[in-house]
Amino acid sequence: MRNRMELEFSALSQNESFARVTVAAFIAQLDPTVDELTEIKTVVSEAVTNAIIHGYEQNGEEKVYISVELNDDTVNLTIRDNGVGILDLEEARQPLYTSKPELERSGMGFTIMENFMDEVKVESASGQGTTIHLMKYLSKNKALCN
Amino acid sequence: MSLSINLEVRHPVLLIRLDGELDHHTSEELRDRVDTIIEERKIEHIVLSLEGLSFMDSSGLGVILGRYNKVKSFGGEMVVCSISPPVKRLFEMSGLFKIVRLEADEQHALATLGVA
Repeated sequence: MRNRMELEFSALSQNESFARVTVAAFIAQLDPTVDELTEIKTVVSEAVTNAIIHGYEQNGEEKVYISVELNDDTVNLTIRDNGVGILDLEEARQPLYTSKPELERSGMGFTIMENFMDEVKVESASGQGTTIHLMKYLSKNKALCN
Repeated sequence: MSLSINLEVRHPVLLIRLDGELDHHTSEELRDRVDTIIEERKIEHIVLSLEGLSFMDSSGLGVILGRYNKVKSFGGEMVVCSISPPVKRLFEMSGLFKIVRLEADEQHALATLGVA
């Protein structure tokens, strides 16, 4: 069964925790493992933080948009901003690359998303904002592992 | 959902105990408080005790790496202990264990730095 939700919130750092906890609460109905839930919370935190710091350069007047679609055991997450966009996507996705070393960014955001999710697609262009599509299959037959 | 930061000086070591969630929002307070104490108390080494850390993302890695660079510039080192499996996974993914030593608990971590 298809089940969907959408969130829209101010691009403020205090909403990073709100975003990951809310998405996790929605996904909890699929009965994910603790590890799967941690992975999803982490990638939401990465993408939302990128939108706030890089997309909007910490302008809290702007908005971050999340949509989540559950389909059987598949989670589809979309995290979008209308910010400055990413000039060079290939460079941005390199492990340890950061455009803001002065802010002590680790440059691990995209690497973590790629490690924790089954699919990561990024759409972005200069001045056009950034949309990140993340997909994850939740493990089945969890009861067998108990 | 926030971060509780407990700082204890056992000269020349700063013991940092974190409880809660370390993300971009909470990392700024951690950076400011730790940097102030490093300068005021002439800290050489850092022990990061992470038993109560329930969540961390790449912003946490960034702030930890920044503090490592700081103590390293004085010839000091950073030791991490009581780390949970999810946090350990992020340390491994980022290669942080190549520069930050892992110990089982606070007692062992402090002992390796000559304070107990």
